[in-house]
Amino acid sequence: MWRPSWRGNDERRKMAALLGLLVNPVAGMGGRVGLHGTDGTSRLAEARRRGAASVTTPRARRAVQRLAGRDIEILAAPGAMGADVMVAGGAEGRTLEMQVGPETTAADTQRAARLLADAGVALVLFAGGDGTAGDIVRTIGQRVPILGIPSGVKMRSGVFAANPEAAGELAAEFLARAERPVAAADVVDVVEAGTAPGFPGRPPDVELRGQASVPSLGAGRLPGPKSSSVLASSAAIEALCRAVAAELSPGTLYLFGPGSTTGRILDVMGLPSSPLGVDAVQDGALVGADLGEPAIVELMGLSPKTKLVLGVIGGQGFLLGRGNQQLGPAVLSRIAPEDLTIVSSADKLVALQPPLLRVDVGDEASFAWATGFQRVRVGPSRFMMMRVAGAA
Amino acid sequence: MTTAPEREAVPSPGARAAAGAAGAMPAPRRYHAAVWNEPLIMELGRPGRRGVFAPAVEPGIGALAGDPGALVPAAARRKAPPALPELSEWEVLRHYLRLSQQTLGMMGVSLFGTCTMKYNPAVSEALSRLPEVREVHPLQAEETLQGLLEVVYGLDLALRELSGMQQFVFQPGGGADASYLQACITRAYHDAQGELSKRVEVITTIQAHPCNSATAAAAGFKVITLPLEEKGYPSLAALESALSDRTAALFVNNPDDMGIYNPEITDWVEAVHRAGGLCFYDHANFNGVMGKIRAAELGFDACMFMLHKTFGAPKGGGGPAVGAYGCSERLAPYLPGPVVVLEDGRFHITEPAGGVGRVREFIGNFPQILKAYAWVRAMGGEGIDEASDLSVLASNYMGARLRRVPGVTRSHPSISGPRMEMSRYSLETLTRETGVTAVDVQNRMTDFGIDAFWLSHEPWVVPEPFTPEVGETWPKEDIDEWLAVLEFVCREAYDDPETVRTAPHNQSVHRVDSAHLDDPGGWATTWRAYRAKHGRA
Repeated sequence: MWRPSWRGNDERRKMAALLGLLVNPVAGMGGRVGLHGTDGTSRLAEARRRGAASVTTPRARRAVQRLAGRDIEILAAPGAMGADVMVAGGAEGRTLEMQVGPETTAADTQRAARLLADAGVALVLFAGGDGTAGDIVRTIGQRVPILGIPSGVKMRSGVFAANPEAAGELAAEFLARAERPVAAADVVDVVEAGTAPGFPGRPPDVELRGQASVPSLGAGRLPGPKSSSVLASSAAIEALCRAVAAELSPGTLYLFGPGSTTGRILDVMGLPSSPLGVDAVQDGALVGADLGEPAIVELMGLSPKTKLVLGVIGGQGFLLGRGNQQLGPAVLSRIAPEDLTIVSSADKLVALQPPLLRVDVGDEASFAWATGFQRVRVGPSRFMMMRVAGAA
Repeated sequence: MTTAPEREAVPSPGARAAAGAAGAMPAPRRYHAAVWNEPLIMELGRPGRRGVFAPAVEPGIGALAGDPGALVPAAARRKAPPALPELSEWEVLRHYLRLSQQTLGMMGVSLFGTCTMKYNPAVSEALSRLPEVREVHPLQAEETLQGLLEVVYGLDLALRELSGMQQFVFQPGGGADASYLQACITRAYHDAQGELSKRVEVITTIQAHPCNSATAAAAGFKVITLPLEEKGYPSLAALESALSDRTAALFVNNPDDMGIYNPEITDWVEAVHRAGGLCFYDHANFNGVMGKIRAAELGFDACMFMLHKTFGAPKGGGGPAVGAYGCSERLAPYLPGPVVVLEDGRFHITEPAGGVGRVREFIGNFPQILKAYAWVRAMGGEGIDEASDLSVLASNYMGARLRRVPGVTRSHPSISGPRMEMSRYSLETLTRETGVTAVDVQNRMTDFGIDAFWLSHEPWVVPEPFTPEVGETWPKEDIDEWLAVLEFVCREAYDDPETVRTAPHNQSVHRVDSAHLDDPGGWATTWRAYRAKHGRA
């Protein structure tokens, strides 16, 4: 069969597609031996003591095998952090100049991510779990899109492909594009205290660690929901955010909760947003950023009307998770039911099993008005009915 | 490249049937598609080559007829002749023969779910080719179309019998078109009640066909979607929380593609009616309930049947579609014209005074209406009822065997018991354990002459989904062959995943690189665009 020659795109395609490869060789080791993560040297030592072997290395190799022989230049972190996997996977490329000790740490992951971003990679393909994703995003934010080869213990962030092969394919397709469309995705991690996988009757609480930029290659190219992640459907989110931004009423104080979707609404208005905090907007201006509860209550006192816009944290469907106490009882008890807007991509809601949104604000009574079924806006004129329940 | 396993002898269909009856899966049939490295038709032929050279017009006739070009209005005339390929007749025939040989030809085993792929009887095709059907024009005087109008009217009566509705029209050119007609009629109805400015919301479910929400949105409504809950369908509480004086209508199917029938449907209809909304039954999944329920008796105001799936007329590559739309007496005044009525023993074409106007031309795709009418007459009421039983039985037979295939699970695994005429299954386990996806399995199955299965409508509520539907026409040995190939491929995924991931190997075209399918820089829907974007002369 003939293949298209792509003459029209030759110029753009000549630009070298540089892929950053970053492996966290110790991620995921805790899972097989009954630990809930491998963060921190003490848990790593415990995992080793229990006989854990590297999980990421073979999984990363499976992804890299999908890149071998393609027109992709790889820039790999040194040794076990990438270069070893690159060679074992049969791909070619260069190695980042960076010193690492025999035991890699979170600081090494962060440093490698920064150096890859500085080197101008078009995508960071990383192997690890939520902890690794958090380390990367903490360092490079949304400067460079990232894509996860799922290999950690916990993978609730919206940055992971369905499996290693899919990660390799998605990366290759993304780099082959003349234009490389991206979407924002939440990076989350499970809050440790009192939670464990399989904890009866209650899913673990998740906390938002930041927003990543991820490849957005259209609905048909994405992993199915209920796999470890859902990469956002960027067009629907964009339309939704523009519609919400366009409909804000003058004179009203708007509180935007944390999350990538609410952050995008502020983006659309040309305002900065705090990825993990609560921002306040009135008449098109940012009147408060990353606010604490007293500051929010004070602002509410100055305004005749306050509306609250909340996103849904992917994975476990938290509207208000722990760590977001700034939207506590003092704020929520002052919001009228009709003044709550919940925004989300439809994909994120469909992936929730069971289909529940959760709140955990300490004082359940203060948010009782929002439990039961709520409309979640998933597009300019599309809504999904979702049951909102307490975290318990 | 890997090929399908060779076998020393291909068992006869009878032997395969016997093997299936004994409980053992028959071995996959050996198959290989024809391969022609066939150029595009625009790349064939030579300037000046023709299929038919017509004789010159005799001067006397030419003088009488005048300039035939003058029959075309000036505004519709091209300034230059179109750049068509120039070929002889046999080159054209050979080209399309080769292309057709490279397909599975719609005669393999196709359990393409949600589409209810039935055998389309040859006698119906013969009827539709009769000169009385082929050579009439819809603008002919109605007294010259009495036989055709009787067929339209007769099918209308049959569908009334199956639904309890007051009247059917066949104008919509498919299921989505019928759903759009419902959206238009919803608009017209609430407008007539003086409530259109208030009633702006249409409620549907996450498992309704996407056309329900899309057509409601296209008609200007806001769409509220209900999620599936623990019973496998949305709760009545979710519906009630969505209802208000803004509710215009409920668009719903039942059962959904998971094959779970919502037994609370009459409560749903009553709740929507109490709120002042209309209820529309999308009968996309009618095959499992044919003759068992009637939409009007459940309280629905309107419903839709697809003649091209449930009623034995061709679908997909096989021909045009018809979404038969029927409604209650309350909504009948809004039906689009023309409609066929019987008065004084004669059939007439009339325009309802308050109708919503055309959604398509004339009375619809008549050959499809005729084929559906032939199917209904051949089946009879009892036959339709029995076909429904058979499709549910066959689906559950297949389901029982599917769940023994490694890597396969059924949607809503916590809900046990039989399903209706189809269900959705998942290859999530297979994907997790082998890296082989549902699309890979789909591609690999075609290596054995099996039509690719349907995955799922968007959004994917079930991960790595596939949705086989047997219907009443496939014999057990075909179902067994389909199952044997699926099982072979799933086992192969564990033993030799690379062969499955790189499939198909026995098709005329190997895996298509779809990386650029949604890249506008690569799209080419015309020859001109193809040359501009891909630089081919």
